[in-house]
Amino acid sequence: MTTALPSTIEETLTLLSQGNYIADRRLATTLFLALKMGRPLFLEGEAGVGKTEIAKVLAQSLGRRLVRLQCYEGLDVSSAVYEWNYSRQMIEIRLAEAAGDIDRESLSTDIFSREFLIERPLLQALRSDESGAPVLLIDELDRSDEPFEAYLLEILSDFQITVPEIGTIKAVETPIVIITSNRTREIHDALKRRCFYHWVDYPSAERELEIVATKLPGIDKQLTEQVVAFVQHLREEDLFKLPGVAETLDWADALTQLDKVTLDGEAIDNTLGTLLKYQDDIAKIRGSEAAKLLEQVKFEISSRQNTNG
Amino acid sequence: MAESRLSTQHVLDNGRMAQNILYFARLLRAAGLPIGPGKVLDAITAVKLVGVGVQRDMYCALSSQFVNRFDQRELFDQAFHIFWRNPRIMERMMGTMLPTIRIEREEEHDQMSRRLSEAMGSSSNNARDDSDSEQVEFDARFSFSAKEVLQDIDFETMSREEIAEAKRVIAKLRLPIMDLPTRRFQRDEQGYRVDMRSTLRASLRSSDAIPMKFKKPQRKHPPLVILCDISGSMSCYSRMLLHFMHAITNDRDRVHAFVFATRLTNITRHLRHRDVDVALEVVSNEVIDWSGGTRIGACLKEFNNIWSRRVLGQGAMTLIISDGLERDSAESLSWQMERLSKSTRRLIWLNPLLRYEDFEPKVAGIRAMLPYVDDFRSSHNLRSLMELSEVLSQHKPKKTAA
Repeated sequence: MTTALPSTIEETLTLLSQGNYIADRRLATTLFLALKMGRPLFLEGEAGVGKTEIAKVLAQSLGRRLVRLQCYEGLDVSSAVYEWNYSRQMIEIRLAEAAGDIDRESLSTDIFSREFLIERPLLQALRSDESGAPVLLIDELDRSDEPFEAYLLEILSDFQITVPEIGTIKAVETPIVIITSNRTREIHDALKRRCFYHWVDYPSAERELEIVATKLPGIDKQLTEQVVAFVQHLREEDLFKLPGVAETLDWADALTQLDKVTLDGEAIDNTLGTLLKYQDDIAKIRGSEAAKLLEQVKFEISSRQNTNG
Repeated sequence: MAESRLSTQHVLDNGRMAQNILYFARLLRAAGLPIGPGKVLDAITAVKLVGVGVQRDMYCALSSQFVNRFDQRELFDQAFHIFWRNPRIMERMMGTMLPTIRIEREEEHDQMSRRLSEAMGSSSNNARDDSDSEQVEFDARFSFSAKEVLQDIDFETMSREEIAEAKRVIAKLRLPIMDLPTRRFQRDEQGYRVDMRSTLRASLRSSDAIPMKFKKPQRKHPPLVILCDISGSMSCYSRMLLHFMHAITNDRDRVHAFVFATRLTNITRHLRHRDVDVALEVVSNEVIDWSGGTRIGACLKEFNNIWSRRVLGQGAMTLIISDGLERDSAESLSWQMERLSKSTRRLIWLNPLLRYEDFEPKVAGIRAMLPYVDDFRSSHNLRSLMELSEVLSQHKPKKTAA
């Protein structure tokens, strides 16, 4: 089922929340503008803050096809854009020879035609189907190398791809492009210039509560509150890698699996590996530091309840 | 006035004009621009074509011939201004080129870049006595202060000898740099993989058998990150090392340069696309802890937390230039060194103190850093910098931290 593009910021927020994505207003505004003006959206942020998720949710709630391109170093045209179907071409040549047809000129136009072309994600994204233009997710662009980034420039500004043997293939309808980056290197300004930029930050406590409640419907309310407050405090600590939203969800889920309804020192120490992924960080927090944070969290929650009640 | 002089003095006959262009080219060459005789002939033709009536046209004509990189423009502009607007300087120039007379310098001289004034054959008034003498050996100073000194250091006193020497070193250094196979391929008949696309294209041209075409992985050097200590105890070396960093940053892509004393400053942007004089001036304005105390641990921590994930991707190599005289606790330093060594392909430490034959790592800071370093090299003179090129070109396996 196809949904029309949102026409206000509120509609954008609603659209995302239908897909269980709790966005803040800044993100919704940037996304709304990108959709409205047909420009790619460039999302940068730490790992695990929900960049990739936006594209997935968008495709799902708009009812569009999701075309995903995972970037890696050395990603080239033959795996990102198109590849000729060599075995079919060879067979075609042999068949032509067996049939006694030896006109190389016509054979060459035959086997380098669209029929023999294997479409890779970027080329697929230029093709619309009955539900409209697809959502193109270019994931972790910072992992690709500079030549590929340069190649993207033509696609992102004109939405067309040039295949030397065939000619230029142009998108009938502009796809919705979402680019994500973990910033393991800086993306060139020329590419950023063509996109709308949004830095995806860690969510506020309020929004994180909402996210946990949405993603893990069965979870105990008190536990959620403690978990989120603990993680929020942890993000103020001096750590090498701060926990993202994905880690919060993992942790909350892990604690639920262990039938915990309230946080305690032992449970934290045992499950810290779902939250922190560097040994230095774990060693730093485990034990007394965790107990201190927990005490603080419990004090805050109880004082908040006292003022409310 | 300048215009009228131009028309009367330089322009009247072609022979004079050609000679003047020749002198101008020699001035530029002496100042370090790569200009050959062919360029000079082209320049003479170019000036003849545009005419010499309008100075602006002549400027454009000459710069189109003599400037071929953005960072040379600065120097060219200055040289042009001095040479063509003030014939007296030019006369003196000719005097030094064909050594006969020397006229006293005038105030215009003071604003010239040092390289230019040296190229013109006289020493400038703020020159230091030792600037032209042997700079190859430096002194290590065993003093480090805790105070962060907010200073503005004038780099103008760098001499041409030093630049030339440093450039020569860098020219040797950059060529054999280690390269790594990438996942990209290029056509190569000696390659080990079949290049299907070329093979099929070739098969359409030949009439019988399909000629096989091959490909092999392209090779590329990894990114390089330089962390340079500019604290007080390193101040004897930092001038040279900044030249070193400037040259590397401009010769290779994917180089990131940082300086630190009490805080970390990313100077990559300032070092790029610029004449070395301008670049170093910008750096001296930007860096505020010049010759301050040393807090290696704190600066490495800042690097690890803020920059390492952004610049150490794709198998980067890291070069630390420091004497290791740490003011803060050695424990945190060793912690940060471990993190750094785990995030980089290879960690190379250049230490100017290593020149002493009986050097022993007694200082706590040095002992804290040493276990995590893959290569520990000296950097007190040009020779040691040259030897660095050998280290960088080796495919040595990474040492595991003891």
